[in-house]
Order: sequence, then C-alpha cells, then structure tokens
Amino acid sequence: MATELRLKELSKKDMLLTSGHRMCSGCGAPIIVKMVLLASEYPIIAANATGCLEVSTCISDYTAWKIPWIHNAFENAAATISGVETMYRALKKQGKIDKEIKFIAFGGDGGTYDIGFQSLSGAMERGHDMIYICYDNGAYMNTGIQRSSATPFGADTTTCPAGSVIPGKPQNRKNLTKIMAAHNIPYAAQASPSHWLDLMKKVRKALEIKGPKFLNIISPCNRGWRSRTDDAIQLSRLAVETCYWPLYEIEDGVTKITVTPKEKKPIADFLKPQGRFKHLFAPENEWMLKKIQEDIDKEWAGLQKCSAAEEKKLE
Amino acid sequence: MGKIVAATGNEAVAEALRQVNPDVSSAYPITPATDIMQRFTSFVSNGKVKTEMILVESEHSAMSGCIGASAAGGRVMTATSSQGLALMWEELFIASGTRLPIVMALVNRALSAPLNIHGDHSDGMGARDCGWIQLWSENAQEAYDNTIQAFRIAEHMDIRLPAMVCLDGFIVSHSIERIEYLEDEKVRNFAGEFKQLNPLLDLEHPVSYGPLILTDYYMEYRRAQDEVMSKVPQVVLDVAKDFEKISGRKYGLFETYRLDDAEIGLVILNSAAGTSKDVIDEFRNRGIKAGLLKPRLYRPFPYKEIGEALKGLKAVCVLDRADAFGGSYGPLFIDIASSLYPYKDKPILINKIYGLGGRDYMPAHAEQALSELVEAAKTGKIKQIKEYIGVRE
Repeated sequence: MATELRLKELSKKDMLLTSGHRMCSGCGAPIIVKMVLLASEYPIIAANATGCLEVSTCISDYTAWKIPWIHNAFENAAATISGVETMYRALKKQGKIDKEIKFIAFGGDGGTYDIGFQSLSGAMERGHDMIYICYDNGAYMNTGIQRSSATPFGADTTTCPAGSVIPGKPQNRKNLTKIMAAHNIPYAAQASPSHWLDLMKKVRKALEIKGPKFLNIISPCNRGWRSRTDDAIQLSRLAVETCYWPLYEIEDGVTKITVTPKEKKPIADFLKPQGRFKHLFAPENEWMLKKIQEDIDKEWAGLQKCSAAEEKKLE
Repeated sequence: MGKIVAATGNEAVAEALRQVNPDVSSAYPITPATDIMQRFTSFVSNGKVKTEMILVESEHSAMSGCIGASAAGGRVMTATSSQGLALMWEELFIASGTRLPIVMALVNRALSAPLNIHGDHSDGMGARDCGWIQLWSENAQEAYDNTIQAFRIAEHMDIRLPAMVCLDGFIVSHSIERIEYLEDEKVRNFAGEFKQLNPLLDLEHPVSYGPLILTDYYMEYRRAQDEVMSKVPQVVLDVAKDFEKISGRKYGLFETYRLDDAEIGLVILNSAAGTSKDVIDEFRNRGIKAGLLKPRLYRPFPYKEIGEALKGLKAVCVLDRADAFGGSYGPLFIDIASSLYPYKDKPILINKIYGLGGRDYMPAHAEQALSELVEAAKTGKIKQIKEYIGVRE
C-alpha cells in the first residue's frame, strides 16, 4: 500500500535530502526536493544541473543526498539522466538488475529554460522514462541574480537592473510548461510548494506514467526576490492566488486546472512583498503594473477556457 | 581463426565495437565518424548486439549521455570527429575527472573555420590535455586493434579513465584495406565482463557523483588524476602483451621503424607514417641511416621512453598534422622536444606542419624532410625550425 498523502503518514518517512545541506535559509528548492522525494514510493536516482541546489547539497566529501545522485554540468541534467536511465534499461534487459527505479532530473530555470533547453527538449523527444523538474526562481540566482528567460517582465536583476531608461526586464517570461507540453509528452504540469498536496499528487501521477514528464515548480528565492527569509510558502501561495503561477496539468494533451483560487487576488499582492518589483510601484511605472495584470488575466482566461473546453469534451 | 577482409577503417572500428558489445552508446552523427554509428546502429537494429542506443541531439549531449550511462555502471562507447569533439570539450574533462572508462573513436578531422571535413589532427590535439587516454592508429588494422584494447585499458581497475582511439578521417576511415578480424569469442573474452565501480544503480550503496570541490581539495583531486595517468603506460603494455596472444600482433607505447642504428629520424603520427616508412626504405637503400618513430600512446605521453629512443640520433624532424597558433611549434614537436630536454647531447630538431585539412602527404614531403635532416646532421645547421610543407606560397 502506498503511503497516504497525509502529513501524519508522510512524517514517518525518511527525509532523503538531509538537513545540514547548505541552501540559504528560506529557499524554496530544498523544500520542493523533499516534497518530491517524500511523494515517491519508488527508489529514485536523481541528476542535478549546476546551480544553487547542486553546489549547496554536495560539497567535497559531504553530500546531503541519501539517494544515488549525479551532477554533470549546467546544461545537461536531462542528457545525463537519459544516460543513467538507458543504462538501467540495458542492464534490466540483460537480467542484471530487477528493481523498479525511477529517474528524476532537477534543474533551476537557467539550466532548464535557457542553457539546458536543448538537452531537455532532446530528452523529451527521445521519450526517456523520467521526470524533469524545474525549480523556477526566475533568474540565475546562484551566479548573482542575473536575468534568465524565466525572469518576469519588469523584474530588477543584476543584468537587467531597473534604471531610469530601462525599468527592469523588458521582456515577458518564456512559457516553458506550454513549450514542454508541445513536445506531446504524456504529462506536463505546474506546481507550487504552497500547495503541497497538489504538488505531491502530481509527482505521484507522473511517476506512474511511462515516458518523459515535466514539472515546473515555483521556487521562491529570498536573495533574488528581495523578500523575507520566512515567506517562501506565503509568496508561492500568492503566486497561485494571483494566477501568476496557475496550477494546472496537461495530461495526454488535456489541460486541467488543478487548483482554482477562491478569490483571484490582484498581482500587486504578489509583487509588493518583493524588492525586485519595488520600482513598479513608482507612479511613472504604473503602466507596467497594468500590463502585468493584463497579461496574467489574459493567460488565466485562456487557461480556464482551455480547461473548461476539455472538461466539456469529457462529459 | 579470425578472418581476413577488405574493409574501411570505420567498418573495422564498428566491427570491433560489435564484438566488444557495449551496454550503452550515446552518439550524434558527424563526418567522417558518422559511418561508424551507421554501421553500429544497424547491428543494434538487427539484434547483433545487446547495446541500447541513445541517439541524442548534439555531441554535447552524446558525451553527457555517455557520462550518465557510465556512472550508472556499464560499458559505454561513442564516436565523433572535429567540431563534435570540440562541442564535447567541457564533457571530456568531466568524463576523465569523474573517472569514467568511456571509449570513443575519434576520426580525426580539421576544425573550423574555414569549414573543412577532411583529415587532420587539430581535433585530437585540442583534446590532448583533457585527461583522456589517447591511442593513435596508422591504419584500419591498428584502429580495430586499438579499439579492442582501449576497453581493457580504460576499464582497468587501477585506471578507470576514458580512452579515445584516433584514426585519420577519410584517409583511413573511408579507404578500404586488408584487415584481419579476430573471432567474436576471442574479442569477447579479451574484453571480459565489465566490472562496475560505485555504480549509481546500486541502491544499497547510494553514491553522489560530481560534487563541488573548493580550494580545500581541488588540487588534491587534480594531482590524483595526474598520478593515475602515470599508471597508464604499464597497463597499455600489459594489455598489448595479452592482445598479442590472441592476435599475433605486437603493440607498444610507440612503434620504431629502422630506428635502432639510425642517425636521422622522422616522428609522425597515424596514416602518414606508412608513406614515410617507404621513403625511409629508399634512403636506407642509398646507405643513409634513416628511421622513424610513430607514437601510439599519445596521452599520457611516454616522455622518458621516447626520449631514450631518440636521444642518440643526430637530427630529427617532427611532422605535425596540426598547428598551435601564436608562433608556437606543432603540438607533437613540443612533446618530442620536451622528451629530449633532459639530455645533454640531443638531436637537432626541426618541425614540419603538413597535411592540414586533408592535404595529401606525398613521398616527396618525407623526402624533403629527410634530405634536410641529412644536411643538418652533416653541417649542424638548419634553415628554420618550423616550416609548412605541401603548401602553396
């Protein structure tokens, strides 16, 4: 029997990422990794792209990973886990291994949306039986909070600093979840650590599906977001409630919203607690706030329409 | 008995790979190495090997996949050339730094720009210091034999380092030669069962690969890597001895040709050595004591052994099929000069850059080099140390 997804039951399970890892206090990434590993009833082998999670959890002779784990380089977690998964299939076919093992790659948004995009796209196309999990904090945080293609419009980063001529990042974020779904993989979804049950259900579902799966998980970074160290969960909740980070899944091409906020909050609620958006609240940048809100409304309406249409089809 | 066939270098390498029958191969096509994988994947499609293929989207991912598969705990191989090797560059260091015994055929080809698909050694030379073992091959037979031996060398428990087998693009990869293939059974037994070392797939003993090492230990890791490399030559010799038992063919760290009593000599890698040997015979017929040294194990470079072999000569010409920019000498020349540096009395050394981008290396070029050496040995003078030959002025 699988462990019930209840806190009481889950608390009895081993933590497979130990405490004593060196991630910043209040970082979203280790919380996400712990949730993912707790959700699994299978043994997991993980690959990790270069980034905060990797450099902090395995330094010199110390590793925080209680599962087999490999870090190769920045851009190739997907290709590396492809290799591990293929060797597993090879040895299984030869009868040298009989255990059921699942494979997960973790990457930040830089290693996923940008430099690792080719490797990820290739692995998805080839159909490896794996889950790729992006913990998305919207910048190259580890290298000094530089913009990535996951950085939201208007954000102040060290390479798109909010100045008097250019008020933060001029472009919108890349919608990677949709791009991954467009690979026609069997499962792509967005999750948030604030909605742990939804997140864990998605991990469980993904683990049961054969083939390549993609999970995009919002991962607050208090260093880069210029927010308090104790608000990762609060901020990721606001991201969901403002529909900045809608929780949905695309299973076999069918889009379904998994969490609909009771009351859709204004985007300012999510932006205000973050120093990286401080300049947006100056009177001259009012248009930017307006644009962000319009973009979110449009995206959310589209998602709802898509989800409703699919639901109708299923009825 | 094995069989004697007419085959190309690529065919021979693919045949060796079929006989060794690795667990996983991750590859991306690139001229002139493409043909190896085309042949090999047909073995896969027709059930002639147990290998699982990962047909990736780039050479970077090819080597990344090899690294993942090798760390998982099985026998892994791939093939590449030129730009492909260049794209793998970052991963080459990770493969060796992680001590993964991946075997790769490198079908030597020029690097861009200008774009050129033909044979030269720029690719292999660019990767000479990335911690891989390099075996170079004069012809298809040697490419075949080296490929089989490379697995044993790379996977030796004292070593566990990746190895590349170099052969000249088109000149060897696409030309048909007489080759003696060994029996499948013999090759399989020679390669032996792959022994795992800290495999990721061992769930009972979870390991972490690829840690961050700061200033506290990085140098110690690097020194350890260098120390491991120093064990390679002996393993190469031991494996060669075992290989001789099944093939009757002798291999060393390098090959010498009429070098024992030579006064002048050429040092040259891969296919051009064959042409040079013919010309050396002509010079010998004329009573000139000429000889040749052809490195086989190029990395780690057997400085001491090669220095010993060349120190007694009067004049030596090192022929490089690659250049090092910035007024430097060719890469092979620099290694040969280093190997002779410790000796008080050493030969006069000259360097010729030849055959770049597939330009033909003709007997006349060897003749030109040898004639210059005759003169240098006589007068003690040379016109210039480094010179391009076979180039239009």
